[in-house]
Amino acid sequence: MAQAAQKTNTDYILSVNNIEVVYSEVILVLRGLSLNVQRGKITALLGANGAGKSTTLKAISGLLNTEDGEVSRGSINFEGQNIAGTSPDKVVRKGVFQVMEGRGIVQDMTLLENLKLGAFTRKNFNMNEEIEKVFHFFPRLKERSITGGAAGYLSGGEQQMLAIGRALMAKPKLILMDEPSMGLSPLLVKEVFGIIKRMNDELGISILLVEQNATMALNAADFGYIMENGKIVLDGTAEELKNNEDVKEFYLGGGGDERKSFKNIKSFKRRKRWL
Amino acid sequence: MAGISSPRPCGDYRTSYKSDMTIFPSRNSLYAAIGGLFLLLAFPMIGNDYHLSLLIQIGYYSIAAIGLNILVGFTGQISLGHGAFFGFGAIFSAYLNNATGIPVFFTIPLAGFATAAVGLIFGIPAARIKGLYLAIATLASQFILEDFYARANWFSGGSSGSLAEIVNFLGIELDTDQKYFYLVLFWLVVSLIAAANLIRTRDGRALVAVRDHYLSAEIMGINLTKYRILSFGISSAFAGIGGALYGHYLGFVSVEGFTLGLSISFLAMIIIGGLGSVMGSVLGAIFITLLPEFTEIMADIVLPESIADGKAYVKEMSVGAAIVLFLIFEPEGLAHRWKLIKAYWKLYPFSY
Repeated sequence: MAQAAQKTNTDYILSVNNIEVVYSEVILVLRGLSLNVQRGKITALLGANGAGKSTTLKAISGLLNTEDGEVSRGSINFEGQNIAGTSPDKVVRKGVFQVMEGRGIVQDMTLLENLKLGAFTRKNFNMNEEIEKVFHFFPRLKERSITGGAAGYLSGGEQQMLAIGRALMAKPKLILMDEPSMGLSPLLVKEVFGIIKRMNDELGISILLVEQNATMALNAADFGYIMENGKIVLDGTAEELKNNEDVKEFYLGGGGDERKSFKNIKSFKRRKRWL
Repeated sequence: MAGISSPRPCGDYRTSYKSDMTIFPSRNSLYAAIGGLFLLLAFPMIGNDYHLSLLIQIGYYSIAAIGLNILVGFTGQISLGHGAFFGFGAIFSAYLNNATGIPVFFTIPLAGFATAAVGLIFGIPAARIKGLYLAIATLASQFILEDFYARANWFSGGSSGSLAEIVNFLGIELDTDQKYFYLVLFWLVVSLIAAANLIRTRDGRALVAVRDHYLSAEIMGINLTKYRILSFGISSAFAGIGGALYGHYLGFVSVEGFTLGLSISFLAMIIIGGLGSVMGSVLGAIFITLLPEFTEIMADIVLPESIADGKAYVKEMSVGAAIVLFLIFEPEGLAHRWKLIKAYWKLYPFSY
């Protein structure tokens, strides 16, 4: 027992235990969700629209408070401390940084100012060195920073890169990424995921990745969770999930041989563990 | 409100992050600023009293408008109580001088601090509410303060007002417009430098982030409540200094000067000048101060002798019309127009 607890502490940077999230005190969104993020690994969280993926991230980062939601049950342990219900600015100071869906770039500021904003919570550091470190991962941003001008004029892909770069400026231990592929061309998606993977390899930052693009996410991730209706319905290593018949059918397209024809498509009466 | 990127002149290279952050984007703009300052310094020798009094007015209104722009333009909160804060600065400075004998030269900055404290208190609703609701909350602060000035005889002299002493600086009485002008100019330059530097710091970036995208500001570790209330404090500090200069210039402060109308005209200044632009605040103050004077002159020239009686009405109406037309054709303010003109000349003879 003691050994098991020891193991949880060292293996998982974040563990979400059986949380329930309620919006406006009436809408139940997460119904007992649990997941773990391994230290130094990429964990993917997949699911259909409205499954509660973004809500999960907001519960971790504390943004729920501003949206009239609350974690009504369960705990969120980051490095052994319960952070459920903590205000977002304190969560950032503990080392969790969320890259928001839709990027959340400050449009009127320049690219460099946006990056500097990312380092808001840090003290005693060399700003220029940190910016160079970000540009090491995003050479494209360096080119764009030279011309100056408002960040709102960057292309969608560049804004996404800026949002991720801004997260690096805060030197977080865990990055929560909400749909980094949203609105990007397939080539750019590939580029962005390549960079995410490299960040993970070179800096050892743990990443919790929420995605619609299941193929790309599972290719980049080490471990994956699939959620539906506010619950985790399936988990496993990325390899296991990629080869799972159900995942193939529902998220990756195609499936086993016997399901090629519409006649044989699985009805929505699912196996018990899916619900 | 998205800033247009101003092209850099040929040969002006930025080779470090530091050089990218200078206040003056090019050497010429630095020279222009120094040249302009010298012109202003020389103005009392050449200008007449009427022009000088207009410039002094523009000076103290600009300082207050810069403050309001930090609140409205940079942090994205609205305030309908800025006139009352302006008044607090004026009355507090006069009161402090009369009651304790602290020289006026020092009560002006002290009025800035005191008004900042008052602004922080009245800014507390901003922690919870935004937009139109905040406008109503600040409207309440306008009425509360106005009522306080009218009743607190010990503080403001009540409805009869109180005297504000002449500024005495190291034995020199600043009793004429010529001398007072330098004091206003000094505080205007201090305010300009303070505001221009504020927006380049960590806290300044936080304010802009709160305006543009408060959710992402929050997940970057910015405490929204703290910065929303702080911007009220900063903005009130400017209002307090502007107000104190106003009070000691007139030599007399009374409640009637600090009505809702004044708050609205401060808003008009920054909207016409350009939200989120330090220079825009000054341009707006110039516009709002000079427009009535300008229409006065025009009315004399244009209107026939037969309707001379109605001149005052025509003047008032044309001020309103000018503001409406201005907002239709230049909603982004004078500062934006100024940027476009600069960009045009840099790219001449090409359009872009």
